[in-house]
Amino acid sequence: MDAELVQQGAQARTRHSPRHTAVSALGPLTALAGLVWALLQPYRITILDPDTHGFWYLAVQPPLLVILAGAIFHFWIVPGLLADLERTEPGEGR
Amino acid sequence: MEPPAEVVHWLFGVGFLFLGLCLLAETIVGRSVWRRRSWRAYLWPSVTFAMGIFMWPVMVFYTSSAIHMLAHSVWAQSMMLAGAAQLGLARGKLRNPLWALTLPLALAVSGGAFLIHEQNPWLFSRAAFLHHALGWTALVGGLITLGLYARPRSPVFNTGFALVFLAFAALLFCDRNVAPIFGHLSPLAGGR
Repeated sequence: MDAELVQQGAQARTRHSPRHTAVSALGPLTALAGLVWALLQPYRITILDPDTHGFWYLAVQPPLLVILAGAIFHFWIVPGLLADLERTEPGEGR
Repeated sequence: MEPPAEVVHWLFGVGFLFLGLCLLAETIVGRSVWRRRSWRAYLWPSVTFAMGIFMWPVMVFYTSSAIHMLAHSVWAQSMMLAGAAQLGLARGKLRNPLWALTLPLALAVSGGAFLIHEQNPWLFSRAAFLHHALGWTALVGGLITLGLYARPRSPVFNTGFALVFLAFAALLFCDRNVAPIFGHLSPLAGGR
């Protein structure tokens, strides 16, 4: 009986609500889009050929900016948002 | 050491991408959860306002004709107006809900500026196509935000609003894609 309760508790801890999963996925999906873009248009990654470009083209590389935007969103916005979401939906969340 | 015009478009694209992600997250979790921390309520209005401020130097240093300059100043004023009004509403300084209508107004005026200042047809060039696409996206965004004013909790209108910002980002990333690093393009398209 105790083992069953422990197992249920472990399942409840790992089960996330669809909203939790969707918010968690936004940043990684954005970064993935940037990565795919970089693979499709490698000439936009000017750091691969640094000698032929000036400062601005080396500083601003759109696929890397997309990855950066996804990362900032994921590491800055998402953790607090998920914590607030879990407080409001204790039955569904962690 | 001014950045090239396409770099400026891409930087604004990053701003719109970040705003779109925030609005999409707000739609998913709901406004009540999003506003549990007050700074999050101020986030997208203040970023919009800041982007409006940054549009002024763009207007001064990057426009080559009067109509181009006027269009950029309209976008600057629109973004600042919408951002400031939304900040006032979020803070509670503005109490009349009609202030929320500044958002559809800003999008409609911005869309009109895009379409009026682009004097060539859709397929004349990449820039012409993007100006038309951005203009109509802004006008559709105006209609969506009008719907959002009438039905603030509608998931359809909230999602549509976020997607408008993501569409802006995608279109801005495509804009002015004729820098020297894109030398494989046709010379007629600006490549080498």
